[in-house]
This record gives sequence, C-alpha cells and structure tokens, in this order.
Amino acid sequence: MRITCPYCGSRGSEEFTCLGNTPPARPADDAPVAAWVDFVYLRDNPRGPVTELWQHVQGCRTWLIVTRDTRTHTVAKVELASRATGR
Amino acid sequence: MRYSIINVLKQGLAGQKGWQAAWRDATPKPQYDVVIVGGGGHGLATAYYLAKLHGITNVAVLEKGWIGSGNTGRNTTIVRSNYLLPGNEPFYEHSLKLWEGMSRDLNFNVMFSQRGVLNLCHSDAQRDAYARRGNAMLMMGADAELLDADQVRRMVRGLDFQNPRFPITGGLLQRRGGTARHDAVAWGYARAASELGVDIIQNCEVTGFVRDDDRITAVETSRGRIAAGKVGLAVAGHSSLLAEMAGIRLPIESHVLQAFVSEGLKPWIDTVVTFGAGHFYISQSDKGGLVFGGDIDGYASYAQRGNLPVVEHVAAGAVALFPALGRVRLLRSWGGVMDMTPDGSPIIGKLPIGNLYMTGGWCYGGFKATPASGWCLAHTIANDAPHALNEAMSLERFARGRAIDERGAGPRPNLH
Ligand SMILES: Cc1cc2nc3c(=O)[nH]c(=O)nc-3n(C[C@H](O)[C@H](O)[C@H](O)COP(=O)(O)OP(=O)(O)OC[C@H]3O[C@@H](n4cnc5c(N)ncnc54)[C@H](O)[C@@H]3O)c2cc1C
Ligand SMILES: [Zn+2]
Repeated sequence: MRITCPYCGSRGSEEFTCLGNTPPARPADDAPVAAWVDFVYLRDNPRGPVTELWQHVQGCRTWLIVTRDTRTHTVAKVELASRATGR
Repeated sequence: MRYSIINVLKQGLAGQKGWQAAWRDATPKPQYDVVIVGGGGHGLATAYYLAKLHGITNVAVLEKGWIGSGNTGRNTTIVRSNYLLPGNEPFYEHSLKLWEGMSRDLNFNVMFSQRGVLNLCHSDAQRDAYARRGNAMLMMGADAELLDADQVRRMVRGLDFQNPRFPITGGLLQRRGGTARHDAVAWGYARAASELGVDIIQNCEVTGFVRDDDRITAVETSRGRIAAGKVGLAVAGHSSLLAEMAGIRLPIESHVLQAFVSEGLKPWIDTVVTFGAGHFYISQSDKGGLVFGGDIDGYASYAQRGNLPVVEHVAAGAVALFPALGRVRLLRSWGGVMDMTPDGSPIIGKLPIGNLYMTGGWCYGGFKATPASGWCLAHTIANDAPHALNEAMSLERFARGRAIDERGAGPRPNLH
C-alpha cells in the first residue's frame, strides 16, 4: 500500500500512521451522553470506501485525509486535512 | 460412531468401510428456534452448548463459506489465561478449563498441548508488571510462575541473551497454556453439535434480517429466508456488517492480522514464546513448522491479506529474539480480518434488539476463548441474560464507562 503525500509524493504506508475513520464533529461539552458514546466509541466500519485521517509521521508530519477501499487497500484520494476541513 | 480404540480396531478389521462423515452437511429447514450466524469455532461451540447444556436442539449454524474458513482456520492457536483484569481473567480461566476437558467432552482429538506460554520481560519495570499480572492470575485461580533469566535460559534454546538493548531479564510462564489444532476445534464442535441435532449449513450467507418491531423474525440468506426464534452472531471480523443489517452501530473496527509458518524443522521450541519488547511470538507445530506472528497492520481492512511492512517488522522481531531464525525459510503467510474494539476486550451478550445476541470483538485473541465464548453465548441466549462470566463483556459497558482495557491504551481500536 502506497500513499501519495501532497508534499512528499508516493511513499510506502509504513511511513504513515492511521488514526481511523475521519471523526465526526466533536459534540458540544454539554451534549447528551449518547452523543459522546457515539463520538468516542462507535464506528461505521464499512466494507468498501472509507475516509480516514492519516499522518505522515516519518515524512513531513502533515495530517492527511485518505480515501481508501477496505476490500482492496486501493488508495483513491489523498488531501491535506487542513484544506479539507478548513482548519 | 464414537471414536475409540475399539472402533479403530473393528474398522481396521472391516476394511475401514464403516466410518461415517463426522457431521451432517444439512440443508436449511424453514424455521429454527435459534439461528447462529457464523460457522467458526465460536458459532459451532455456541450451538453445541445450546444443545448439550440447555436442551435447545432446533438450532442452525449458517456459514457463508465452509466451517472454520474464517479466523478459526487462520490463527496461531495460542491458548492461555494470563489476563490481569477481573472482567477478563475468570472468563479466560473458565475457557482454559474447558480446553482441558475438550477432547474427551467432544470425543474428538483437538490436540490441545499444554506446552506452556512464556512471556519474556526485558526490564525491571516489565518484570514488576509481570509479577503483578502473575499475582492477579493466581488470585483468580489460574497458574503463573515468574522466571528469572537463568530459568528462561534453561527452558528455551536459541534466545539472544546478549541483546544490549532488550536483555532478557526473565519471564512470566503459564504452564497450563499451550496450543491446539485449529481445524480440529471446528470439526470437533461441528461433529458433537450435529450429533445432538444441530443443522450445520455451509455456503449460506446471511444478507439481511426480517424485523417485526423490536424482534427479528427471520434471516435472509443466499439459500432463502429462514425463520428464527432467536439469532446469535459469531462472525468474527464481520460483526459490524451483520449488526448494520439490524440497524446497530458497534464499537468495532475491522483490522487485518498476519501470521507465518516456516519450513519444517527438527524439534526446537517446545513452548510458546512472546517477545516482550517487540511484536513477535512463536511456537513450533507438531509438523515442525515454526508458527509465528506479530501485530496488526494498523488500518481498517476486510481484505484478508496484509502488507509487506508488517512482514518485515515481524521478521526483524524474529531475528532480534532468535538470531538463528535468520537462516530459516518462510513457507507461507496469510491474514485474517478481526474485530478490534476500543478497549481490546470482546463483546458477548444481548444487542439492543429483543432477540439478537452476539459474541465478537475478539481482536487477535479469540481462539483461546472459543469454548467459553460458546458456553457464555449459549447461556445468554437460553436465559435471555448473561452469565456472571460474561456480564462485564456487555455492549453497554462503553456507555457506562466500564471499558475493560488491559493495555490502558484508550479508545483507539488499532492500539490494542
Ligand atoms: C493471524 C491470526 C492469528 C491469531 N492468533 C490467535 C492466537 O494465537 N490465539 C488466539 O486466542 N486467537 C488468535 N487469533 C484470533 C482468533 O483466530 C479469533 O478470535 C477466533 O478464531 C474467532 O473465532 P470465530 O469463530 O469467532 O470466527 P471465525 O472462525 O472467523 O468464524 C466466523 C465465521 O463467520 C462467517 N461469516 C461471516 N459473515 C457471514 C455471513 N454474513 N453469513 C454467514 N456466515 C458469515 C465467516 O465465513 C467465518 O467462517 C488470531 C487471528 C488471526 C487472524
Ligand atoms: Zn509528507
């Protein structure tokens, strides 16, 4: 599995770590417990395309949003997390 | 027919013509009291204990491929009960006791070999942690021994004691742990369950559930609709997909774990050894192949195969611990899809739908749990309530803040 970092080009997946599914927005501090359980613990876990947060820890250390297929490990798209989330 | 020395002799004289198939390959009936989804060790054990201990025999096990084709047939077969936390250890110790009686109970040789499981430690802090774990195990009725470096040296040959970075300072040994023949576990439970009237149905994929309010009334399968009184899920890496069919989101991510076997060698490693400072563990099969593995690849996957970086990582751990392994050739490697939970512990119990139950979330360690998982799920299904042994393993524990986190790694499935 190779991931094309927008800064560093195509690199082996061992240079990156995966945080998991792109997390949904963090609930408000006073949101009901169910919203927090959902945020902290529950996962979609689809068989097929997923969007995930990866970090190029052994490269430029940028956070990336990677669209990947969990059936084949094919990477379809890599974007900068900062650009995609506007943060 | 019972497997016994008498029958071996009789069949020998009769030209081996009287043996029957070990279990019936059934075709689906329209209705069952209990439908178990997944024909791995856990599903088959659940069906067996439902029939044997709870008198529920109108049971079907639905398997999309062939029985044992999932993680049951892909794992490295290590059986142990060396857990620390009260929510885990009594369950795994019960499981180990069931292993000790399994071949006799099932009348099927599962080749359970109590060759010991030795976790090496490499620092004083790790030794302290193992002392604590060993004491916890002893207090909960399991066996544990803390070894010093010399005792380890006498027990296992070929370890690198000169490694300056990770010196071997001792180990935690559970002598009653060991390995078993994985396929035999599936076949043994299938045979014993089938004899008690359970239908084992292969090539039958569950594709959906028919619901009536808060109950499931039938399962949709590739071999038609089958009505069900109660439904139990035992689908290992695919729990999320089955739960989703019932509209339930689970605290699970599916990950791939790889394993490896070498060419056959003369007897060398007669126990199970785990490297405490790297991702590597090893045992030697009765055929002589070295069976070993490491950590998960680390990203969600349903591919049933992993990537090369982990192969390299495991090989590095292997030669760091046993330098002579550098001369050994690899025969095969493979991967399995596992449910990883946010606390690294399993889920056995009721789901938020009246008559739906599950055992899953086994991470990389559910083979050892096969008998107790089936035993507990059968109890939970029959009584519509968990047994004391699996009460702590409920799905609700996450919402209640009662995670069972052995590693203390927090709610990231790929860190457990
Ligand atoms: C490489 C590797 C090494 C491991 N090593 C160890 C070890 O040393 N010790 C240990 O204790 N554990 C180990 N494990 C974990 C262990 O293998 C599993 O936890 C355990 O075998 C799970 O058993 P099971 O019966 O739940 O799953 P499985 O044997 O996977 O059975 C689930 C079955 O459900 C079927 N299924 C899935 N979806 C459907 C559907 N829609 N309809 C019908 N059927 C379906 C699958 O085909 C499969 O046969 C390892 C796992 C892997 C992958
Ligand atoms: Zn980069």
